[in-house]
Amino acid sequence: MSRLPRTTANDRKSYTQMTQWSGYLGLILQGALVTIELTLMGSVLALIMAFLAGMGRVSRFFVVRAIATAYIEFFRGTSIFVQLFWAYFVLPFAGLSLTPLQAGVLALGLNVGAYAAEVVRGAILSVGREQYEACTALNLGRWQGMRHVILPQALLVMLPTFGNNAIELLKATSVVSLISLADLTFQAQVVRSQTGSTLMPFLSVLIIYFALALIISWGVRTLERRMARGLDGVRI
Amino acid sequence: MDWDWDFVWQIMPTLIQGVKITILATILGSILAAIVGLGIALGRRSENPLVSRSISWFAEFIRGTPLLVQLYFIFYVLPDIGILLPPLVAGVIGLGLHYGTYTAEVYRAGIDNVPRGQWEAAKACNLTGRHTWTHIILPQAIPPMIPALANYFIAMFKETPLLSAITVLELMNQAKSVANTYYRYIEPMTLVGAFFLVISLCSVVLLRWLEHRYGRIER
Repeated sequence: MSRLPRTTANDRKSYTQMTQWSGYLGLILQGALVTIELTLMGSVLALIMAFLAGMGRVSRFFVVRAIATAYIEFFRGTSIFVQLFWAYFVLPFAGLSLTPLQAGVLALGLNVGAYAAEVVRGAILSVGREQYEACTALNLGRWQGMRHVILPQALLVMLPTFGNNAIELLKATSVVSLISLADLTFQAQVVRSQTGSTLMPFLSVLIIYFALALIISWGVRTLERRMARGLDGVRI
Repeated sequence: MDWDWDFVWQIMPTLIQGVKITILATILGSILAAIVGLGIALGRRSENPLVSRSISWFAEFIRGTPLLVQLYFIFYVLPDIGILLPPLVAGVIGLGLHYGTYTAEVYRAGIDNVPRGQWEAAKACNLTGRHTWTHIILPQAIPPMIPALANYFIAMFKETPLLSAITVLELMNQAKSVANTYYRYIEPMTLVGAFFLVISLCSVVLLRWLEHRYGRIER
């Protein structure tokens, strides 16, 4: 007789625990959304910066080359972490207040953009000399040649490394949790501090990050195959 | 935005303390990464598919997840199963494991670059497997990889500020505590950036020299 109430109490307890876990899982999934959002926005900024700086590095004009080189060296030389803290804590003193999300996108985009700019430069330089000579022979302007002849070939060379850069960016987004943006890593810490459980939040977050990285590399491979279509027998 | 030089000199000793820990963590982490990387690279060549497959999945997993979360994992989860590590040790293990998976790729490329003839010659000389590795393959494979390894060690140096998240008192953490005490962010944060920029620019010079010294393969 005495066993019955105890089981029901246990049932109730395990039920509330279950709803709690699903609530915590919801928190982590919310964090995943923020991480995805950051990764996408950061990637767009990084892509823009990569092309600007990468093509700046191969410009005819010394000033453009110097600015592009300074940008690349600066952002590759200091760590993403320092840049993020600088954007979030120091820029307000210069009168430019950024929300954590803005600071995160800015730092991630500029940092990864600097790495990707070198990829753009390398890919442009990897296109053979005869292609440039062909552009001249066809009387294409510098920009026309770049747009229609060089970049379409260089893009295919860049793509795999861009995929790696995107995964690096995804991993770097975890740093924004330290400026109180509620991404995956931040939510894992919230769950840890509320439940005292450590294995569940961190392991699930690690698995989600890994799944996202797998999705990125799969997406880049698919894109690569699609772009390489019809290029069989061409140099690449 | 006003820059205060007096304040800079006042906080400099604290920051130098931090730089020491940062460099210490980088050196220890590099040593661990060099060992772990070699272990992973050799493990992936194992004849037992179970070993090689599981090691490459493990490496893939570590490379696909953020270092920060791995540091949290080591720092918060391991004590629950009875392994209590001081923050710096946890940080060095995290750095070493994470970058070990990157250096493993360098080792793999270096080992693959040793010509087949060397393996065959070792076999012809009736060397055992262990002797082939220690006397023939590794001595030829390692020098050309030194610049690539150094590149990852510099990358690791730039990731050491993450250790501040697990309470290691390195440069970033010292700067943060100084900033929070005096509520002045401009000088500490800018100085941290300057320290990193100076050290990485110097290391770029070192890297160029290493490339010049070891980069060419002489055969």
